[in-house]
Amino acid sequence: MEYLNKNPRRDFLKTSAIVTGGLMIQPFSLSGAYAAGSDEIKIAVIGCGGRGTGAVFQAFDTGHNIKLVAMADAFRDRIDKSYEPIFNKYGKDKVDVPEERKFAGFEGYKEAIKLADVVILAAPPGFRPDHFEEAVKQGKQIFMEKPVAIDATGIRKVLAAAEEAKKKKLNVVVGLQRHYQDNYRETVKRIHDGAVGDIIGGQVYWNDGGVWVNPRQPGQTEMEYQMRNWYYFNWLCGDHIVEQHVHNLDVANWVKNSYPVKAYGTGGRQVRTGKEYGEIFDHHSITFTYADGTVIFSECRHFPGATNRVDERFQGTKGNVYLSAGNHGILTEWGGKEIYNHNRDNNPNPYQVEHDELFDAIVKGEYKFADAENAAKSTMTAILGRYATYSGKEISWDEALNSTVDLMPERLAWDAMPKVLPNEEGFYPFAIPGKTKVI
Amino acid sequence: MIWVNFLLAHKNTMNKLNKFLRTLFLPVILVVTAFLFAWKSLPFNQFEPYTQEIPDSKQSFQMVPIPGGTFAMGSLVQEDEQPVHKVEISPFWMGAHEITWDIFELFLDKNYEQAIAEKPLPTQVDGLSRPSIPYLDMTFGMGKEGKPAIGMTQYGALQFCKWLYLKTGIFYRLPTEAEWEYAAKAGSQSKYFFGNDAALLGEYAWYDRNSGGTTQAIGQKKPNPWGLYDILGNVMEWTSDQYVNDAYTKRVETVEKDPRLPIQSLYPGSIRGGNYKSTSEDLRVSKRFYSKAEWKRIDPQIPKSQWWFPEAPFLGLRVVRPMNAPSQGEIMNYYNRPPIADY
Repeated sequence: MEYLNKNPRRDFLKTSAIVTGGLMIQPFSLSGAYAAGSDEIKIAVIGCGGRGTGAVFQAFDTGHNIKLVAMADAFRDRIDKSYEPIFNKYGKDKVDVPEERKFAGFEGYKEAIKLADVVILAAPPGFRPDHFEEAVKQGKQIFMEKPVAIDATGIRKVLAAAEEAKKKKLNVVVGLQRHYQDNYRETVKRIHDGAVGDIIGGQVYWNDGGVWVNPRQPGQTEMEYQMRNWYYFNWLCGDHIVEQHVHNLDVANWVKNSYPVKAYGTGGRQVRTGKEYGEIFDHHSITFTYADGTVIFSECRHFPGATNRVDERFQGTKGNVYLSAGNHGILTEWGGKEIYNHNRDNNPNPYQVEHDELFDAIVKGEYKFADAENAAKSTMTAILGRYATYSGKEISWDEALNSTVDLMPERLAWDAMPKVLPNEEGFYPFAIPGKTKVI
Repeated sequence: MIWVNFLLAHKNTMNKLNKFLRTLFLPVILVVTAFLFAWKSLPFNQFEPYTQEIPDSKQSFQMVPIPGGTFAMGSLVQEDEQPVHKVEISPFWMGAHEITWDIFELFLDKNYEQAIAEKPLPTQVDGLSRPSIPYLDMTFGMGKEGKPAIGMTQYGALQFCKWLYLKTGIFYRLPTEAEWEYAAKAGSQSKYFFGNDAALLGEYAWYDRNSGGTTQAIGQKKPNPWGLYDILGNVMEWTSDQYVNDAYTKRVETVEKDPRLPIQSLYPGSIRGGNYKSTSEDLRVSKRFYSKAEWKRIDPQIPKSQWWFPEAPFLGLRVVRPMNAPSQGEIMNYYNRPPIADY
């Protein structure tokens, strides 16, 4: 089984493909109208929330000849709310999504993908494996948001599709946008060149106040309620360790050129205990051990009123590293001498760079991006962390990746039941470390 | 105002009482609340400094009186600061400090405010439109405790004022650009309120030379003569005005009283005071700044947030309270301006 990664370091080097990475640039041909002589690129968006809509804007803002031809979302009102600003800004020459190409419901993505050359996959993370698998099956170029799955079952599906995408030479860019942010690129390049020696430890954080809640409405089915509050249900979100903290864990993997072999940690629901917060924890604190013995400490929490911290620190044999999404990229020798301090002013917008580079490759007919495998393994890192905090046990990468637990509902429909349901008072069951079986 | 709030908050309970009981108790409630209101507002009428407690929290902030008067607005340094012209300003109180995260976070997260309050929030406060809880860390790693709240839009700053009003019953708002400059100058006519010597700035302000590239806890430097701390530097402060670069050229005919530049479009909004990254030249009391759409550039969502600028960690707010509060209708008009969509 290819996904059982016995030598993560070597494998990482082979497959990481962020511009300077190991992929050969190879020509490919786009199917459909684009190849038939028109230079128009047709795009479809799957998942029309704020992020999917934002990604459509960024695709248009690459300046290439792009036409939005299809939109899919489980909720019809989400399609309408997304269509309006897109149409208002880009107009009828760029936006050609008549009624019959607005696909509401759980299955519409298949039809929407058919109509496009490039697809934007931005539905809640739980749906990503199916959406990605379908887009690869149909041979499309892909931008997909992170995280790419919520459990090991989904990860295996993404890893298999990622292999297929490579065979078909489909560009896949994933919205782990730190890979497209200059301070990270410049600093990690220097780390890999040995500027601070070998990385032997690190601390990565996403500690802040939490996210939105949509109150339960009269007449909502349980499925609709959970879909409207997808952040708080693992089958949709994977917990905030997966949905948010994947960014920081991904940076650790990138810096280490590797993935952890095991995780041990603790977590729970300390301040966010209301029924409106579904089943996810409000804090996780984990040590990840890598094959060479390096330990990376990871912490993520949603505590309003407490001190925020969202950044990554690493210690090397010769110096230390500070990175943050606020364009920090600082390398310092032990003793304090500065090796590198990234200029924080006027850096490009990484969310735009993702699309600029993807569409540039597509227009030139180049095969340059294979982000899916790393995204799957970094997402798996976060899932491994959740398995460790939910169970309270040390869990190895291989055990976690082989878990056959499948959190997705048996059936996706508005009248279908998710697997986690509220009790009579409206509270959802959540994991109890030492008691809950997670893999 | 307080008793109006009180009655609204208890409307449901009132409806449940029968008519007889209502006629019996209503006068009693009115007398008691009127007494409480008179007692609570007494010190304010004396136009003295006061501390505003925020109900159901441990937070408070200080207000200092800014006497009414006439001053010379603008300077000869930048084109948009000219001509220097006379403006008359009515008396008001101004926050001695920039609003901190400790206070702002109660507003931005209702559940947090509720948790701190340990009792149900009044209906109006509960129903207030709140910011989207930011997905990004809006402190940018610079800390919360005692530090100025940052990165909010003008709409967010105004809605914070509304929240304060609903909490306290007192009309708080953003300063106009003229009020801000008048208060910052504090009767001076020099580059800074303490004179022209930039070498003295470090005693009064956090700026590029001494901030270490980060916001600083409020109130550590000397105040201006009217008791305003960090009025220059630390974080820039929202005004309620539109930024109009040639606004002063239209004020030469007469001495304008309390000039305002109402918001017509989302950008540019008027901002004052310089920040922790500013040069000494940008900390001049007459220096004018304005908001920019590009501060939302890295917001990955569409529509872009009405509440947050992910790239303005140098922008905060300070509230004012006019000595003579306007009518209830004017107050609600001030607060209830609908947000302008931002793509």
